[in-house]
Amino acid sequence: MMRFLLLFSRQGKLRLQKWFTPMSEREKKKIIRDMTTMVLARQPRSCNFLHWKDLKIIYKRYASLYFCLAIENQENELIALEVIHRYVELLDKYFGNVCELDIIFNFEKAYFILDEFLMGGEIQETSKQMVNRSIEASDMLQETMEEYMSKPAF
Amino acid sequence: MPAPIRLRELIRTIRTARTQAEEREMIQKECAAIRSSFREEDNTYRCRNVAKLLYMHMLGYPAHFGQLECLKLIASQKFTDKRIGYLGAMLLLDERQDVHLLMTNCIKNDLNHSTQYVQGLALCTLGCMGSSEMCRDLAGEVEKLLKTSNSYLRKKAALCAVHVIRKVPELMEMFLPATKNLLSEKNHGVLHTSVVLLTEMCERSPDMLAHFRKNEKLVPQLVRILKNLIMSGYSPEHDVSGISDPFLQVRILRLLRILGKSDDDSSEAMNDILAQVATNTETSKNVGNAILYETVLTIMDIKSESGLRVLAINILGRFLLNNDKNIRYVALTSLLKTVQTDHNAVQRHRSTIVDCLKDLDVSIKRRAMELSFALVNGNNIRGMMKELLYFLDSCDPEFKADCASGVFLAAEKYAPSKRWHIDTIMRVLTTAGSYVRDDSVPNLIQLITNSVEMHAYTVQRLYKALLDDISQQPLVQVASWCIGEYGDLLVSGQCEEEEPIQVTEDEVLDVLEGLLVSNLSTPVTRGYSLTAIMKLSTRFSSVNRIKKVVSIYGSSIDVELQQRAVEYNALFKKYDHMRPALLERMPIMEKSASNGPTEIVQTNGETEPSVVEPKHLPPVTQPVNQANDLLDLLGGNDVVPVIQTTMPTKPASAGGELLDLLGDLSLSAIPPMTAYNKNGLKIDFTFERANPNPNIAVITIHASNSTEADMTDFVFQAAVPKTFQLQLLSPSSNVVPALNQGTVTQVIRVLNPQKQQLRMRIKLTYTLKGSPVQDLAEVNNFPPQSWQ
Repeated sequence: MMRFLLLFSRQGKLRLQKWFTPMSEREKKKIIRDMTTMVLARQPRSCNFLHWKDLKIIYKRYASLYFCLAIENQENELIALEVIHRYVELLDKYFGNVCELDIIFNFEKAYFILDEFLMGGEIQETSKQMVNRSIEASDMLQETMEEYMSKPAF
Repeated sequence: MPAPIRLRELIRTIRTARTQAEEREMIQKECAAIRSSFREEDNTYRCRNVAKLLYMHMLGYPAHFGQLECLKLIASQKFTDKRIGYLGAMLLLDERQDVHLLMTNCIKNDLNHSTQYVQGLALCTLGCMGSSEMCRDLAGEVEKLLKTSNSYLRKKAALCAVHVIRKVPELMEMFLPATKNLLSEKNHGVLHTSVVLLTEMCERSPDMLAHFRKNEKLVPQLVRILKNLIMSGYSPEHDVSGISDPFLQVRILRLLRILGKSDDDSSEAMNDILAQVATNTETSKNVGNAILYETVLTIMDIKSESGLRVLAINILGRFLLNNDKNIRYVALTSLLKTVQTDHNAVQRHRSTIVDCLKDLDVSIKRRAMELSFALVNGNNIRGMMKELLYFLDSCDPEFKADCASGVFLAAEKYAPSKRWHIDTIMRVLTTAGSYVRDDSVPNLIQLITNSVEMHAYTVQRLYKALLDDISQQPLVQVASWCIGEYGDLLVSGQCEEEEPIQVTEDEVLDVLEGLLVSNLSTPVTRGYSLTAIMKLSTRFSSVNRIKKVVSIYGSSIDVELQQRAVEYNALFKKYDHMRPALLERMPIMEKSASNGPTEIVQTNGETEPSVVEPKHLPPVTQPVNQANDLLDLLGGNDVVPVIQTTMPTKPASAGGELLDLLGDLSLSAIPPMTAYNKNGLKIDFTFERANPNPNIAVITIHASNSTEADMTDFVFQAAVPKTFQLQLLSPSSNVVPALNQGTVTQVIRVLNPQKQQLRMRIKLTYTLKGSPVQDLAEVNNFPPQSWQ
């Protein structure tokens, strides 16, 4: 299973954190520090895999954001790269040419999309269209129930 | 109270902060506002406030006061509230929090909600972070949802079940009925999550595994699904770069791996499909390679036919040539796993692997190094070592220690010749000398001691290396030890292997004294060089100079050096008669268990030489002139006295056997024997093989006395023919009690490299009822097993 997914900028600012196992705040903070240090220190053309404790860390940079996914040792690293890519595609479809600012200002949406794609450290839905449809339908639910016009609910 | 500011407004504001302090101030102000808003129990803006709190939490600020608010949001009827509430719960309310359990009821209600997206939220939250208690309470609901026809809910329920099983494994049985027709679903989401669920069950329980193999006929079903995925045409919904649903393919391959492991029938049933996937998958993009990688892992783990295994290794070989670094890395990792079982197949790719040592990527270099060491064998040792030494020269410091240890280990196992071995060690010491592990120094010293015919060559090379560079401590320590031992060979220019150098005693002493005063030398190194200088007092003629040096260090600040110097001084003065014996050449050392690079033995390199020296003392307490008596025992030339040991004249084969670490470990019982039985004194020998060197026989003598009086001042001495070497350890006592009330034991170690028949002359002296008794005897009745 996957253990955690982190998104952070090139300055090390956290943009999203998804934890698939329970951990104390202190542990989480330490992991975030370790990951940002390790990943940001990597040479530009190195391979995308690292070892950290008993986990494999898969990281990839998309524009100004680093996506950092930790998987257990028996998992397939190459498909993990595909998981990261799929998530980026989902974000891209939803936001239309997604950039870091979209994720900063709409972080809750990024979480909602992630929660339709992954769950409990495993992939939930392998079809891009299905995930998009679910998100759209949920968004519609939000709007109708709140009876807000075209403004975001909050 | 004015309406709380919107989330996006807050984010914008916080981002304008120019310093950390400014940001902190803004956050504190907003937190205060949010707190008071919470206190007012305002339903309308609770959602907005919690969202803002979650943002600030992401920035690293505490947000625990929002936990209860999340619960209230979850309980709300509005979908927006629930959405944010559940998100907050997943971020702030993990199972370590006290209020975690309060969610249970809300989740239960939402699991039965009329809207599937609300049910989805509840399933998601439960499946991500539900505690064991929650899982126990709600497992029934999850199981119900697993059987629904709504595929959106079914796939979420399956993953939720996975989480429940992980938290509470006993509940696994409960989900078994629901898995019955999971794989007949068309929906890929459900298929994928079902495969995950089945994988989890099979991994956790061997009973489940057996059940799924036999009763459910899982393998044929999976093979069918996989076949459809490969053969079916383009499906826009699941296509990734021309491959249909790679995530599902990988998951199925993994489940097949578990089902096929150690099971012939299952493995056979999947052979075809694996071959098909391995040959048909498009390899131009990462996706294809991901599937191939999973296929290779499966082939290697199940009981596949050999053709398939070779196919798998060849795929890995192709991976090694791929431009993509990730693929090369993955190939090296997998080859490392298979090198034990399919050694020959991996050997074919050796040259590619060795090329990877030159890769720029650190992770790849490390893997290539580990794999290279695993591939070294007797045939390729010379070529491989050349590459590995080149790597050692140029690699990053983080690799040097492991590489050096690996080189030593490989050299010990497969060295084609002594000279090669010593040259290799020299190369490592001179290039990566400061990175070798602590235990390398005693190991190397032992190796050098045992390579008898190379002593002159070794000491000459080490001396030359010292002239160049005295900064690498392990090199300096080994070199000073060797010079101390073999300095006479150095000065007499006896080297056969290469051009002997001309060096005088004074030059050698200059170098050693230089080590003593240099800032670069550690205290341990200084100890080594002082001892080396002392040893040279019996090998060189410039004894006065040595005496001077030793006496200077008698007042050294370093306590260790001071102690040594004082003791050596005493040797010059009071115990000068013992000095030659004490400082004699080291005997062949018995090899202790070898340490691989993974075991870091925290021995101070110092202990080896000083440990061996005290062992010399017990025999020496019998005064030295007795050694001369023993020389007379066997009438002349073919005796090797106990104390002094000369090197055996047979070089290569003896050395080779001594270096054989992987010697026969079997301890066949050798029957004990009576060696002597006269005048009431009986001496029995019992045997054991010294592990791991089979050429050393360890004999324990048991002396017992059946007369009425004690035998006091009992001394046992032994001598063996020249082809043997003997070492006598200290006796348990020198009084043999009367009337068999006790025994005196003493351990003898006999080195018998040529496996000749063991013979021994023994001499016994003791005092019985006031009168001294002396007797000589020959022992010829050694059992064949003791020397074969």
